[in-house]
Amino acid sequence: MNIVVCIKQVPDTTEIKINPVTGTLIRDGVPSIMNPDDKGGLELALQLKDKHGATVTVITMGPPQADTILREAFAMGADRAILLTDRRFAGADTLATSNALAGALRTLKPDLIVAGRQAIDGDTAQVGPQMAEHLDLPQISYVANAELSGKTLTVRKETEEGYQMLEVDTPCVLTVLASAYNPRYMTVAGIIDAYEKEVEIWSADKIDVDEAKLGLKGSPTKVFKSFTKGSKQPGELHEVEPEQAVELIVAKLKEKFII
Amino acid sequence: MSHKDVYVFAEQRDGAIQPVALELLGKARELAAALNQRVVAILAGHQVEPLAKTLVEYGADEVVLADYPELKDYLTEQYAQAVGQIIIARKPEIVLIGATTIGRDLGPRLSARLCTGLTADCTRLEISPEGQFHMTRPAFGGNLMATIVCPDTLPRMSTVRPGVMQKAQPDAARKGEVTRFEVKFDSSKFRVRLKETVKEQRAQVDITEAKILVAGGRGVGSKEGFAKLESLAHTLGGEVATSRAMVDAGVMPHDRQVGQTGKTVRPQLYMALGISGAIQHLAGMEESDYIVAVNKDKFAPIFGVADLGIVTDLHKLVPMLNERLAKEMQK
Repeated sequence: MNIVVCIKQVPDTTEIKINPVTGTLIRDGVPSIMNPDDKGGLELALQLKDKHGATVTVITMGPPQADTILREAFAMGADRAILLTDRRFAGADTLATSNALAGALRTLKPDLIVAGRQAIDGDTAQVGPQMAEHLDLPQISYVANAELSGKTLTVRKETEEGYQMLEVDTPCVLTVLASAYNPRYMTVAGIIDAYEKEVEIWSADKIDVDEAKLGLKGSPTKVFKSFTKGSKQPGELHEVEPEQAVELIVAKLKEKFII
Repeated sequence: MSHKDVYVFAEQRDGAIQPVALELLGKARELAAALNQRVVAILAGHQVEPLAKTLVEYGADEVVLADYPELKDYLTEQYAQAVGQIIIARKPEIVLIGATTIGRDLGPRLSARLCTGLTADCTRLEISPEGQFHMTRPAFGGNLMATIVCPDTLPRMSTVRPGVMQKAQPDAARKGEVTRFEVKFDSSKFRVRLKETVKEQRAQVDITEAKILVAGGRGVGSKEGFAKLESLAHTLGGEVATSRAMVDAGVMPHDRQVGQTGKTVRPQLYMALGISGAIQHLAGMEESDYIVAVNKDKFAPIFGVADLGIVTDLHKLVPMLNERLAKEMQK
């Protein structure tokens, strides 16, 4: 079985700070990581490989430095890695990104495509389902577990109220929750291997897609403007003993008719 | 015919309209007024026609109904065919979808099918003075806000998280028409089979519906600490909420989490106890009507959004406050 896992390099958003003077993002020194849901997806694929045997290919679209997360995936146990990198991909929104990935996937023809539910830099959860539609494949999102029997996957999908059990035959697309799959550690042998293996570099010429659907010109949505949130004016601040704090809170809650 | 009108996907589950659908109708009315257009609800399901009346009361001028056994339970392809065919036939200018596990599965599938843009998890939607649809959303984990436009493709689609927009007052006298839509299903594409739907018992009220939230963070620290917060919340008639740190630590369940990766809340009173106020947390609660924050660190960022900030020892404060409030509530 051939499994392709789509992964993304993202800034660790929990480390981003805002410059209090200029109100702009401080990105310097913010580490880049493999997106957590994608890493969960890679773990799902590697577990299927452990149980049933499979070739696991990881693919990412990004700048040349995204090579790092592909090496990390090698060290975890991936067999093959592809970096989609080309100026023609730049400025892509989710739809154009999904078109580029779908173009590569048409060439790879996998039995199973796995992606993370969403990336922590955008939180859109769109690229997986969009890719599935371009490829005319069924999708299951919010995946917490997947078991394979023959060509049939039995999948647990999380919902607000609980979960659903779904069945689907391969080929299909699953988008996975990080919380459901604890990624394995890289092995020492894996890390050594990771730097000996070749990361394949693919340009837009190598994939099967209409070039008009790529990058900025293939993106229906555009950023009109971006800004940091104007912070709300802080209210009153008191440094007091707990007894006085009780009085302050009760008085305010009465004044605001909350109690 | 050119594209017009503001459409809302009126999500229902087991014949119950989801609150987010009514919230979206409230927003759709504002947008439609600015564009001088109508509000249309798309209602898909099986034996759901009685829900149309509610959708009209909350702001729909028309309800387009797709009522088929194929649509009894949500499945991606069945719903994508029904809603997709409605959109293709009716040509809306704007389509709003709730950012639930259903809407976030259906929305991107539709955007790819219709080759148009979809902006996820918007927190603000407005028509600019030039008549352009502006969709504003947080990015980089809530660190940055981006206003997105979709100038050249139609319809312009966005998803909105539950609790972000406000419902309009229902008006039982409002009039609206119900139009049945004939879906031409291609069942060869129905490739996902639903085996079982499991609902887990949730005894407590959903935190997005609570009027009062008593939220605890790292400063509360333990299950014992949260038991005291439960008691305080009970006294106030509210619910307990938490920050990501306590969910990651396994102290509190995820459905109690407020913030970028949790829920967005806007209660009348938000009491933040021992929460430092990471930007991801603030993104989920700063629209609350009144915010009381208690922390031992006077430089905690939570004080930046609090109406009343108190630097004190919360472990001493909570039992005292609970006792005092219990007396006040009896009066």
